Parts: sequence; C-alpha cells; structure tokens
Amino acid sequence: MIRAESLELGYGDRLVLAGLDFHVAAGEFVGILGPNGCGKSTLLHALSGLLPPRGGSITVMDQALGALPSRLRAQTLAVVPQSSEVRFPFSCLEIVLMGRYPHRRRLGSLTAEDLLWALRSMRRTTTEHLRDRPVTQVSGGECQRVVMARALAQDPRILLLDEATSSLDVRKKLEIFEILKHLNQARSLTVLCAMHDLNLAALYCRRLMFIKDGRIIRDGPTEAVFTPEILAAVYDTAMEVRWHPLYHRPYAVMLPLTPGAAAPEETATPEVARA
Amino acid sequence: MPMTCELMQSNDNASASQVDRTSELTEALERRRAEVRRFAAALLALGLALFLSVGLATGIGRMEVGWSAMAAVLLNKLGLAAAPVDRTTEVVIWGIRLSRVVLSALVGASLATAGVVFQGLLLNPLADPFTIGVSTGAAFGVALLVMLGVGGSFLGLSPLPLAALVGALGAMAAVLVLSRDAGRIRKESLILAGIVVSTFLSALISLIKSLDEESLSAIVFWIMGSFSGRGWIHVGFLLPYAAAGFLLAIYHGRELDILALGEEQSHFLGVAVNQVRLKLLLGASLLTAGAVAVSGVIGFVGLVVPHLCRLLAGPSHGRLLVLSAFTGALTLIWADVLARVILASGQELPVGVVTALLGGPFFFYLLKTRQARGMW
Repeated sequence: MIRAESLELGYGDRLVLAGLDFHVAAGEFVGILGPNGCGKSTLLHALSGLLPPRGGSITVMDQALGALPSRLRAQTLAVVPQSSEVRFPFSCLEIVLMGRYPHRRRLGSLTAEDLLWALRSMRRTTTEHLRDRPVTQVSGGECQRVVMARALAQDPRILLLDEATSSLDVRKKLEIFEILKHLNQARSLTVLCAMHDLNLAALYCRRLMFIKDGRIIRDGPTEAVFTPEILAAVYDTAMEVRWHPLYHRPYAVMLPLTPGAAAPEETATPEVARA
Repeated sequence: MPMTCELMQSNDNASASQVDRTSELTEALERRRAEVRRFAAALLALGLALFLSVGLATGIGRMEVGWSAMAAVLLNKLGLAAAPVDRTTEVVIWGIRLSRVVLSALVGASLATAGVVFQGLLLNPLADPFTIGVSTGAAFGVALLVMLGVGGSFLGLSPLPLAALVGALGAMAAVLVLSRDAGRIRKESLILAGIVVSTFLSALISLIKSLDEESLSAIVFWIMGSFSGRGWIHVGFLLPYAAAGFLLAIYHGRELDILALGEEQSHFLGVAVNQVRLKLLLGASLLTAGAVAVSGVIGFVGLVVPHLCRLLAGPSHGRLLVLSAFTGALTLIWADVLARVILASGQELPVGVVTALLGGPFFFYLLKTRQARGMW
C-alpha cells in the first residue's frame, strides 16, 4: 500500500528524517510515536505528498506518490491535520461536501451519492447537528470532527491523521478511534496516525513506529514494542507497562521524574542529530 | 467497546435506520433545491434591475431625450422597428450614452469578480485589483504604450488591453515576490507590498506624464478612472478579456472554495494548488487589465461589492462570482450616472472619485458589522 525506500526528508537545509525504509500493507493500523519535534508531522506531510522527499522514494499503491495526479491521490489518501482554521463562514455541511471534490465531475452538479456520503460521514463523527452552522462558529473540537467527516467523505483507502484527536475530550477521542477501528476492520481502511497519547495508541494501533533522532528506532507489532525499555529509550522517561486484565491490551503508567532523570541530553545524541 | 455500539449500528445496520436515512437525504436534497431556487430568484431580480438600470441610465444626461424617442432609437437599432429617428438623438442615445452605460456595466462586473478571486485566492479580505497594485500596474502598461505612441491592432485586438495585461501581471509578480517570506505569502505584507508597488508605479506614470506633455490628458485619464468619451469600440476591447477572465474564474469556482481553506488542506483534498492558483491569478488579471485598459483605475468596486455579496449570499464562490458580477455592473452604472450629473456646472467627475467617496464609508460600515459578527 505505502512503501518508503531510503527516504530522506527535510525543510531547506535542515534534514529532519533520514534512512527511512518501511512498508505498510493494506488494512494495517499504524501508530507513529515519538517525542516532540522528532519528525512525525514531517513524515505525514511527506506521505500526503505535500513535502517532496529530498532523497529516496515513496510509492502508494505501486505508483510513485509525486507522479499521482492530485485528484487521484485524494481519492486514495485523505489527511486529517492537527488543526484546521477556516476563515470563511462555510456551513459545516459545505465543508464536508468538499471532501467529495476528488470524486465529482468538473461541472457536474452535486449528486445524491455525494450528499449521502457527506451525511453518513457527519453521522459517524457525531456532527450531524452542526450541518447548517458556519464552521467559523463551532468549537475547536467540533471543527476537528467536521474535518474528520470531510476526510471520511473522501472515501479514501488510506487515512493519515496528524495528532487529529489531541484537542478532543476522552469520549470524543475514543469515538473517533472506534470509527477508525471499524472502518479498518470492515473496509480494510489503512490508518496511519501520529500521536502523543501512548495509551490510545496501545489500545487501537496494531503496529507502532517509534521515531527519534531523525530515524525510526523501533517498528513492530504493538505487543512486541510497547515495552518499558523501548518507551524509556524513546521518551527518556521511566514508565511502567501493564496489561489490562479484561481487554488484554498494554498500557503505560507515568511515573514521576526522579532527580537526575530530567537531563538526558548527554545520553541521546547519535549521528543523525546533525538534523 | 460497548459504548459506541449504537453508533456503529446506526451507521451500518441497514434496515433499522434505512427509513431515517432516506428521509434525511430527501430533506437535504430538498434544502439544496430550495437554495438553488433562491439563487435563481436573486439572479432574476438582479437581471431585471440591470435591464431597468441600463434603460434609465441611458435616459439620463445633459441633453433631454424623451423616453419614447429613446425607445424608438433602441428598437430601430435592434431591427425591431424601422421608424425614422432624429440623427442627433440617435448619436446621443446609441453612440454616446448606451455604449457608455454598457461599458460601465462590463467594467463594474469585471472589477467585482476580479475582487472576489483576489480575496479568495490570497485569503485576504482587503485584496482587490486596486489594493494589491494590479490596477496601477495595468495603468502603467497603458501609460508606457501611450508614451511610446504604439497604435494599430494585433490580430484584431487593440494593443491597449495587452499592454495593460502585461503591466498587471508584472505588478502582481512584483507584489507576490515582495510579500513572500520563507516561501509563504504573508497576508499582512501583501497589502503593504501592493501599496508600495502601486505608489511607485503611480510616480512612474507621473514621470512619464511630465516627460511627454502631449499625452498628459490621456495619462491623467488612466490614473483617475473615467468613462468620458468611451464608446462601442472600447466595449469591443474589453469584452474578450472580461469573458475569458470570468470563464476562468467560474470554471474554478469549486477550487476557489477549497483554496479558501488554505494551501495544505486544498492539497489534501486533491486540488492541484499551484496550477489552479496560476490560472485564477491569470483570470483575475485579465479582468483587471481589460477594465483598466478602457476606463483607467477605478477603486473600491472590487473591494466593497464582493464583501456585500458575501454578506448576502454566503461564501460559496460559484454563486458569489455571478452575484458580484451583477452587483458590480449595477454599482458602476449608477456611479457613472452620478459622475455625469452631480456637478451643477455640467462638468464630469472622474467616476473613480465617486466610487471612492461612496465606497470608503460603506466599507468602513461593512468592516464594523463584520467584526461584530466575528467574520472576516
């Protein structure tokens, strides 16, 4: 589905990520984790085609990402960004309908199918009640769910989420991830999400990619890589990992920083830190 | 996870919520149809107003012409009746007034739609052909051409609009380069850059003027904006530019909506951002260049009309473009009538003065009410 080969990413003269090699198969549910500024968003930008690679290649469904026509790319791949400020007072339904853009004929009018997709996506993200409200007048969390609905209305094969649920409350977060899980299982939607919430990731992602110091330092099934050793190495923080007796999923328990543990600078500066 | 069971069921258990879903869809479709009907009604009303305005504006002027004499001339010209008409009346009504009214309508429509495109594209509520320097660029192109004394025509097109187009594109490129910071166009610097470029080019136009006294009056005309002495030939100059620009804009109306969400999201939604932007900038420049080539720099129409229409019709650009075209046409027809008749001495004001005098306070009012509503 998505393949990255010796991928190098950066902005201007600043190298952010280097030597990335991975393959994400159809129907995977991947969490991308790592400390602030490690390049999670950069990776997602590259996978969405927004940031052309400085080296290496990205192929999506066996085609070079950069060579895909933009409408075709948007039919395959939808993105929910971290935040999406909208300045024009479009109604939320109009915003969601924009997700149908890559599927609509240029001068064709709106079809019942487009509207159906929009309404269904709004119901999935519990935003139906916002249909006629101007998007400029809804709360940040509501706007985020409207944008989520827009991405679902694109009917993509791959969904990229960049901290998409960070601004939502617990219930809304879980609701969104339940929808993702459902679409992932029922329609084999491929999901890649960059996130900070370790326990949310452990609960839903079946594969985790840990990024640190400009490269992927661990990549594997959640059960295998969600360990106190790896978490401690990634976040320079001691954590306890437990297993929930009922749901059989791991979860991490934060521990207070012990004196001295807050200064990890000396230990963690391998070669790629020239980024 | 049990808590979202109902959520899932309502989505995918077909039979249970099927009825609910169809009725919701029907309702949503019905709403959209009602919206389309409202829009059609608004268009009809505006079309009627435009028709009446053209008639009324043609009847108003220094020389008194009776309505029946006017109707006779128009019907005659349209080949609907062959009643003999007074030659002078014919020239005044058809050759002078109607052509001028039609030209002002076309210029108004062009400037207003160019304003819609610039505002949507540059995500800047203050953008219009005048504030971002494109109008002055076009005027500079024309002034340069007048000084060099280039005449004739090229493939049946007058060189004036072409010079205006080159000037407009040049000024826009300069403004975009000036307001660029680390690869992004900054909203705040855009208008500043527009003013800098505009002021600089105005100074150059004045310089050309003083170097070449002979064309002085001609060049003043471009800076002030006026329809004085314009006729059917100018309608012919403008028409291909206005039509091409408007078609380019309306063809990309849906993309304009999406571009209003910003570059990133437009990319995610499958808009070929750079390509579409270039086409739209070209379209808006065509509209501006055509308008400036025949009437000089007329400010505020491209700024106020789109805001007014957005207030009435919402932000959807397809509708906004059409409504703004009509409203811009109406606005400039009546602004020009005022410019013609307001001075008791019988002299004409440049129409740019009228639009600035009316548009300034009106824009201030719009700005205040918008702030109160929390919209831009």
